[in-house]
Amino acid sequence: MHETDNSILLSKKKIPVVEKAAEYIFTACGLLAVLAVFSITFYMIWSGTPALFKVGILDILFGTVWKPTGDPASFGILYVILTSIIGTGMAILIGVPIGILTAVFLAETAPPKLANAVRPAVELLAGIPSVIYGLLGILILNPLMYKLELKIFAGSTTHQFTGGANLISAVLVLALMILPTVINISESALRAVPKQLKSASLALGATHIQTIFQVILPAAKSGIMTAIVLGCGRAIGEAMAITLVSGSSVNFPLPFASVRFLTTAIVAEMSYSQGLHREVLFTIGLVLFAFIMLIQIGLTRLFKRGAMEND
Amino acid sequence: MRTRKLSGLAMVGLLSLTLAACTGSQNQTTTAATEAVTTTGTTAAGSTEAQTEEKTSAQESEGTADLKGSITMAGSTSMEKFANALAEAFMEEYPNVTVQAEFTGSSAGIEAVLGGQSDIGNSSRSLKDEEKEKGAVENIVAIDGIAVVVDAANSVDGLTKEQLTNIYNGTIKNWSEVGGSDQPIVVVGREAGSGTRGAFEEILKLEDACKYANELDSTGAVMAKVASTPGAVGYVSLDVIDDTVKPLALDGVEATEENIKAGTYFLSRPFVMATKGEIAEQNELVQALFAYVYSDEGSDLVQSVGLITAE
Repeated sequence: MHETDNSILLSKKKIPVVEKAAEYIFTACGLLAVLAVFSITFYMIWSGTPALFKVGILDILFGTVWKPTGDPASFGILYVILTSIIGTGMAILIGVPIGILTAVFLAETAPPKLANAVRPAVELLAGIPSVIYGLLGILILNPLMYKLELKIFAGSTTHQFTGGANLISAVLVLALMILPTVINISESALRAVPKQLKSASLALGATHIQTIFQVILPAAKSGIMTAIVLGCGRAIGEAMAITLVSGSSVNFPLPFASVRFLTTAIVAEMSYSQGLHREVLFTIGLVLFAFIMLIQIGLTRLFKRGAMEND
Repeated sequence: MRTRKLSGLAMVGLLSLTLAACTGSQNQTTTAATEAVTTTGTTAAGSTEAQTEEKTSAQESEGTADLKGSITMAGSTSMEKFANALAEAFMEEYPNVTVQAEFTGSSAGIEAVLGGQSDIGNSSRSLKDEEKEKGAVENIVAIDGIAVVVDAANSVDGLTKEQLTNIYNGTIKNWSEVGGSDQPIVVVGREAGSGTRGAFEEILKLEDACKYANELDSTGAVMAKVASTPGAVGYVSLDVIDDTVKPLALDGVEATEENIKAGTYFLSRPFVMATKGEIAEQNELVQALFAYVYSDEGSDLVQSVGLITAE
């Protein structure tokens, strides 16, 4: 061992090399993500737009007939777009209230022991692969839905029976799948609310429940909004689980109709598609991509403005 | 201290290299893996060489190693899976031969072989008389059989062609209309572009006229859906039938290989590899290809893609 090696000061010549190298690596890692986003955006636009012009923008976006292998072929995806919007919206309507109330329970009202049991369960829910949700949907949800369908449409001659694979099944699966996202982020937001606010509210004579709804939830608003946006993103981008339970026929999104989402439209037909059909599938991907971008950018902006006005 | 830092840095570098390898194309990864195997496997090189020698001598004994050139195929999109599997297996057997397959449709394929643009014309239907008059020879290499399945508890044992057609175009909606119990029919099918769907609709003359309640993207999914849904009907390749579902007799004929080969079961079609003139008149490459198709290996290949051998 040389004396210099034990010195707390490293040799001056060596430091910059190590430091610089580390900096470069960090920068490269950072750039990788940016590069990925840009190349994906470029690729989606590059591969998704040709079909838009070949088929006609209006014919694709507002056509209602999806017969990609027909003669002449028809590539209308209006029902698919509507299904994605309505399905995601309904999943948010069901999932978000449950998620936020669960977060309140975990952060505020639950006895610590119970909270410590519930929290890992929620985290486990987030870790379950989406195909498992789909399988359970096929085995449990669809048969139940089919019983309900048989009761509601008993004797109907116009209704097409789907065996329980319908919009409601997909929405229920989606609502369940966004729960962990909404719960985890909302809970962190609730816990981040300064304790003084709660103490002050209680000191003024408000009950615990009043404090939660009048003080803590409004204070955690921006965090909860983030939770909703991420939940939305998860719901609209999910494919595997709902492709198994939604029936996957292109229909107007009625509760008991077999429906196809933007994601499942791509997954379902990618393997054997060719030519223009495949190009249109890329266009669907582009539409989905645009939707997700809109949700991320639009909702985040909206909520930020709202939060700023509130402050 | 410094050495530890340096080794840490080296690990980071290694990690980023690995990442780079992952993001690279699969080919590169495969090459890298192969190289790794080659370098690490020097000790086992002796045995590998022996194996290679064995293989070469085996090929020489068959007199095949000297075949060189290319074969072109054109035709049926339904035969894509089979043609690609055949091309791949054949090129593995004869490394100096390339097999190019295009998928332009049965009629276009036969035109191409008659016009001399390709060596073999793939057709998923029997040749028409006028095509035979022009010199096309029908070489049936495999038969595609489709079974109609219902859930195991269904009391219906068979359907006529007309009944099946009407079920799939939405005219018949209840099993009681075809002699079963009073329960709605859940029509299950495959996604647009699927070969099975193409064949089914083509034979029943229902191209893009089917009213599906479920469009599923794999044979397994159709089987699972039919098995678990009372009143469901679906179609699958003959080879996947098991106890979970009940295959129906069509026009009174059971769905068996024997009946399909005898030509009495109507939901089947031949896969033809048409040549201009008899096989014996073709060049030795094409002859070798047909010899391969009709060999035991060829039979395995035919069965591996879910088809029935022709003999």
